[in-house]
Amino acid sequence: MSDPIAQLIFLIIKAILLPVIIVMMVAFIIFFERKFAGFFQGRVGPTYLGPWGSFQSFGDIFKLLSKEDLIPDKADKPVFRMAPYLIFIPAFLVMAVLPFGPVGGEANLFGYRFDYVIANFDAALVLFLAVGAISVYGVVLAGWSSNSNFSLIGGLRAGAQMVSYELAMGFSVVGVMLMANSMSFVDIVNGQAGNFWNWYFIPQVVGGVIFFIATLAELNRTPFDLAEAEQELVAGYLTEYSGMRWGLFLFAEYVNMVVISAIMSTLYFGGWRAPLEVLDFIPGPIWLFIKIAAFIFLYMWIRWTIFRYRYNQLMSIGWKVLLPLSILNLAVTAVVIAIVG
Amino acid sequence: MKDLLQNVRQVVMPLLADAHGPDEAREEAPRPTLEELKARKARSRQPLEVGSEVITVSMGPQHPSMHGVYRAELDLDGEIIVDVRPEVGNLHRGVEKLCEERTYHQIIPITDRLDYIAGFAMNHGYCEAVEKLMDLEVPARGRYIRTIASELCRLSNHILWLGVHIMDLGTQTFFCICFRDREYVLDLLEMLTGARLTHSFARLGGVAKDLPDGFEHRCRKAIEFLPKRVAEYERIIKHNRIYYKRAKNVGIFTSEDCFAWRVTGPALRAAGVPRDLRKDDPYAAYDEVDFEVAVEYNADVYDRFLVRMKEIRESCKIIEQCLDNMPAGPFVARDITRTLPLKSDVMRDSASMIQDFYQVFKGPAVPKGEVYRATEAPKGEMGVYIRSEGAGRPARIRFTTPSFYHGQALPPLVRGEMVSDMVAIFASIDVVLGDCDR
Repeated sequence: MSDPIAQLIFLIIKAILLPVIIVMMVAFIIFFERKFAGFFQGRVGPTYLGPWGSFQSFGDIFKLLSKEDLIPDKADKPVFRMAPYLIFIPAFLVMAVLPFGPVGGEANLFGYRFDYVIANFDAALVLFLAVGAISVYGVVLAGWSSNSNFSLIGGLRAGAQMVSYELAMGFSVVGVMLMANSMSFVDIVNGQAGNFWNWYFIPQVVGGVIFFIATLAELNRTPFDLAEAEQELVAGYLTEYSGMRWGLFLFAEYVNMVVISAIMSTLYFGGWRAPLEVLDFIPGPIWLFIKIAAFIFLYMWIRWTIFRYRYNQLMSIGWKVLLPLSILNLAVTAVVIAIVG
Repeated sequence: MKDLLQNVRQVVMPLLADAHGPDEAREEAPRPTLEELKARKARSRQPLEVGSEVITVSMGPQHPSMHGVYRAELDLDGEIIVDVRPEVGNLHRGVEKLCEERTYHQIIPITDRLDYIAGFAMNHGYCEAVEKLMDLEVPARGRYIRTIASELCRLSNHILWLGVHIMDLGTQTFFCICFRDREYVLDLLEMLTGARLTHSFARLGGVAKDLPDGFEHRCRKAIEFLPKRVAEYERIIKHNRIYYKRAKNVGIFTSEDCFAWRVTGPALRAAGVPRDLRKDDPYAAYDEVDFEVAVEYNADVYDRFLVRMKEIRESCKIIEQCLDNMPAGPFVARDITRTLPLKSDVMRDSASMIQDFYQVFKGPAVPKGEVYRATEAPKGEMGVYIRSEGAGRPARIRFTTPSFYHGQALPPLVRGEMVSDMVAIFASIDVVLGDCDR
């Protein structure tokens, strides 16, 4: 078997396996979110289905699948049907360019070279920002097409919020791009080779924190979960959705969480690389998994701990704090790189 | 730059907690005058833009933060509330009409269902009114037990209120913490009265039962433990930057507004008016115990929270004093024509049995006349007006419950505020729809 054919077979295997793994992860993340919520709140969380209640998500999925598919009579039906997919599909796309292990190098699997990335794309960072922006359409269109005032307000809030925080996010990411001198995730991870003090989080700490805060807004999670603020807007843009369509939104939210955690660890925390070189014998995917899990836990911790901001406070944080700070961070990074070389 | 740093602090600090400075600085801050408060209120409300398009949103009766079946039709200009049209009555059960068909004894269980969060406080208010009308003396032990039960209801109400209010601001964890602590209070009430919510524990002339064995010990443990809990709540909430930003200078309702809209209870005390019927017009054992009226001066959501936290502490003090000075003697007045006999006597002694029949079928002997008696329920002043024509049933009975007046005050409270603030403000004035719609 020649090398190109082997690469094609590997590609197909990776392209099938990766989404399956993510979907399985999401099922358990939803379970863990509920379990952690239980711990934080002095409850036990789900306990009935499976050991320690761990099959709860599968029960939920079957319940959602068996429910009636309700579409409001006055809704814009094609758009209403399309909106969940506009969020669901982009969520997966970014995973294609994300390295989860070493890329390039010598033959390492059955005498063939196995790259731990689906596509080593040069402009991966741009792809991430571009694809991430598509999901805004999903939210806004879901709110718009539902033909309900709560949904409309929720959709508009989400749209404004995501657009404002995307700016700060974009600017903070440019700092990493300048340091790695590349927009490819593979190069960015390779730029952080060695021990953990080579990670970009240390020089880019301001950018990293801004990126993290912006992702909270991007993911619509507390303290920025205004788009589906239950106490104000019932369920925001999700109000009119039910059954599996609603399930898709929920699912996409968690897939996004996995993806954003993966990108957070890739950009600032060395991606699949071990924190110390002596730990390199543990394979890259496991390190990436550990980092993703840590960030997801951080997201859950924040969600079950702090309050929601008001809409105008959210906007003033985005435009008056995060955006100037991220530009400042970018300028300082550029000047330092120009001087140091 | 300073502004930027301030804003950075506001983003980062909630994660680190305790951002709002020492308590002493806040305590020493000069009390705002009425004019200052009015100016602050005007500043906090957003002016309406001319020619903007208004959309109407129907919040409720089935809405997660409407605390029951309150319905508010909001006119929104973007996020800003232009106008509110409240609608009450979805839970109307005709309580006042029901009462006209029943003897004075049979009305007691109905009063539980007014403010079902603090059932005994409602029983108590009603009984005080009837006793005033027929000039019936309650024995000292009965008065003390009533005081304890009323204050336990206040504890339960305020702890639940805190959980719900914080949940309306977007965090669910705290709600569970509050529910856990409320359980201790409900256990005590269950031990004392036999029920968790609808106690029906007061009787004309006293209470239904004496203190059960072991109650004093458990009660002392609970009131020793609750102030520590309150300190923990304050550590989590009071010093939380996001809560401070969400609650400070939001929903300002000056004492003038409170008088105009008959807003009473903690909301009035947060506006700097030390009006508390437990002090001003004492009933039960309140004139025999030593406690302070909780007052704050900024009239906003934050101060209403502070007032309620202080009240929890004061309630614990009141309960402790009542337990310390608990007098011996009967817990209910014995009066053949006006009170029910003890149930244990009814089966044994024929006089009691006759008295029981008489009371159940004809009701107590209440003189002709009318009476109004207001008591301090946890949510505000709960007044009862009774007109008697000399029968065992009231000719007309009227409850002026706090939630109804608080519910009607919603439009002036939220006009010009944002939707997110509306739920916080609505929670901060504490409305329960059973109490409002009756």
